[in-house]
Amino acid sequence: MDRDTDWDGVRLHVVTGKGGTGKTTVAAALALALASGGRKVLLVEVEGRQGIAQIFDLPPLPYEERRIAVAPGGGDVYALAIDPEEAMLEYMEMFYGMRRAGRALTRMGIVDFATTVAPGFRDVLVTGKTTEAVRRKDRNGRRVYDAVVLDAPPTGRITRFLNVTKEVAGLAKVGPIKNHSDLVSGVVKSPETAVHFVTLLEEMPVQETLDGIAELREAGLPAGGVFVNMVRESQLPQAVLDTAVKGRFDVGELALGLKAAGLADGAADASKAAEALLEEIVEHARRTELELKEREALVETGTPRYELNLLADGVDLAGLYELAESMRNQGAA
Amino acid sequence: MIRKAPVLDVDAILDDRATRIIVCCGSGGVGKTTTAAALGLRAAERGRCAVVLTVDPARRLAQSMGLTELDNTPREVASYDNGGKLFAMMLDMKRTFDEIIEAHADPERARQILTNPFYQSLSSSFSGTQEYMAMEKLGQLRRSGEWDLIIVDTPPSRSALDFLDAPERLGRFLDGRFIRLLTAPAKAGGRSAFKLLNAGFGLVAGAMTKLLGAQVLKDLQTFVSALDAVFGGFRQRAEMTYKLLQAQGTAFIVVAAPERDAMREAAYFVERLAEERMPLAGLVVNRVHTSPVSGLSAARSTAAAEELEARGEHELTAAVLRLHAGRMQLAAREGREQDHFVSAHPTVPVAQVPAMSQDVHDLDGLRAIGDLMAKAS
Repeated sequence: MDRDTDWDGVRLHVVTGKGGTGKTTVAAALALALASGGRKVLLVEVEGRQGIAQIFDLPPLPYEERRIAVAPGGGDVYALAIDPEEAMLEYMEMFYGMRRAGRALTRMGIVDFATTVAPGFRDVLVTGKTTEAVRRKDRNGRRVYDAVVLDAPPTGRITRFLNVTKEVAGLAKVGPIKNHSDLVSGVVKSPETAVHFVTLLEEMPVQETLDGIAELREAGLPAGGVFVNMVRESQLPQAVLDTAVKGRFDVGELALGLKAAGLADGAADASKAAEALLEEIVEHARRTELELKEREALVETGTPRYELNLLADGVDLAGLYELAESMRNQGAA
Repeated sequence: MIRKAPVLDVDAILDDRATRIIVCCGSGGVGKTTTAAALGLRAAERGRCAVVLTVDPARRLAQSMGLTELDNTPREVASYDNGGKLFAMMLDMKRTFDEIIEAHADPERARQILTNPFYQSLSSSFSGTQEYMAMEKLGQLRRSGEWDLIIVDTPPSRSALDFLDAPERLGRFLDGRFIRLLTAPAKAGGRSAFKLLNAGFGLVAGAMTKLLGAQVLKDLQTFVSALDAVFGGFRQRAEMTYKLLQAQGTAFIVVAAPERDAMREAAYFVERLAEERMPLAGLVVNRVHTSPVSGLSAARSTAAAEELEARGEHELTAAVLRLHAGRMQLAAREGREQDHFVSAHPTVPVAQVPAMSQDVHDLDGLRAIGDLMAKAS
């Protein structure tokens, strides 16, 4: 069943975000959401942290595409943890048939060396492997994966990471690496790619998101949507929050309520408890105010925004499916 | 809530004149930089001459310390009657690297290195460069003797303790066969390296040329031979800084937030620091949620809200009770995450800093964080 989504035609979903915003969680949930209804999606990790394995409660992933989850309505999520060294060997074998030379390079620490001296090389290997998966076709000429989700480096490094041609251009003006990076760039800068940002409704992550989007656009890379993660729904109506901030909250009414609920022993006890609870309300109101401001700042970017509620029980498999469903309901997948 | 963990006494560490270096480490997004700045301010207010070295390019932090920008030189932020002073600086990784090259190579060689495309790539984007340069800068500040307390905030690395690995990594890099291969022409009086090679090396050289192209290989060779002369000093300094970190007078503070990933990272840091025999002072847990009504449990609060809702009265109270229940649940979850850490590391002192409803914007904000950190003891 095909539905309209905000990202029809996009095959490479790059997910970035500031540390602590839940980037890997969002990438995993997005992969599940995209796979729903019988599609095949590859979830890629590049930083060697084994975050995907942890989130899906699996043993560490090898450098190999394997099925890790079944999506709602029958779809498959495959996962791959890309190791730059393995990617290099594969690349040499695939394009040059140089398996033995590749092993020798690794043994001598050359791959380690080259990726250390020039991180652009490392990035081009990683993005190269990712875009290869995006482009890969089966015998009938159909794409093997309907979509690829890349759990990418954090916001601070994302433009540099994706802008491989520029990074490599200073090092290799001609030759195979240059050609390879041009190929990667062709995919990354095309309408088949969208770079999504994960943020919280807090000042620093929002600022980083705004800076990241601006940087990305300047580099001619396709900015995607913003996933606002760990959103806490307000329990209190805005009018009540306003009175709390202005110091006009009706503590007497709350005290009566507490007494009626059997939570306080006398009038004095009830009003003491009500005063204490008021502290929580005021704090909540301030927090909400701040969140509103941050949300408005995000609106100005003009990118689609998706809100993901805080998972009450922390991130587990059930939580991932919950987030995936929420993404689908909002049109992200 | 944490019951068994000993309490981290921040003031005792800051007041101890023997404390000369404080290293704040932790995963990204846990408030490491803010913790470092708050410690620096508190130290200055208590009479220390402190400098905060940060790698976080957040403008807000500079602004919170009343500076329009932070650059590679320590700038004075505040001074007090008791002689206390606070300085702050932000690491400019490339500038620091350039300075080392300039200090260690003759002008001609320095120029060769600085203009080489590989150097430019290495100095501005190598993921370990920032860690290494932070340690280098720390060594410089310490040797200058101008400050009696240096507080350093470590980079949010992919691998969180990269700064500890930097010296070793550099060593491995320098001693590798590949470096020797590339520097061979210089040592063999200009003859091509590859003529000297045996069959195995020949295979590799062929592969490299094919992969990288001849120009890249030549640039790489020039770069490595030029850098070769500078390397000795480099490594020695890296080792000195490493020893400085292990020495008495250094205190590592691991920073975390009460969330699963951050606490897991914190546990990893603590273990790793012990392995490296680095002096751990304790753990600071930022953004901990507590409640002024902690006696009213989530369960009781929810039950009361349900009852009021069923009776159709006191709508406001019911909503407030639900809000409170949510907060108690959050506090309980955070408590569990911290308990995991404490049961695995029962001897590590912990300080909890309550969540603030607003971000830090100025020195008052930093001071408030410092107060909360100290109040934990």
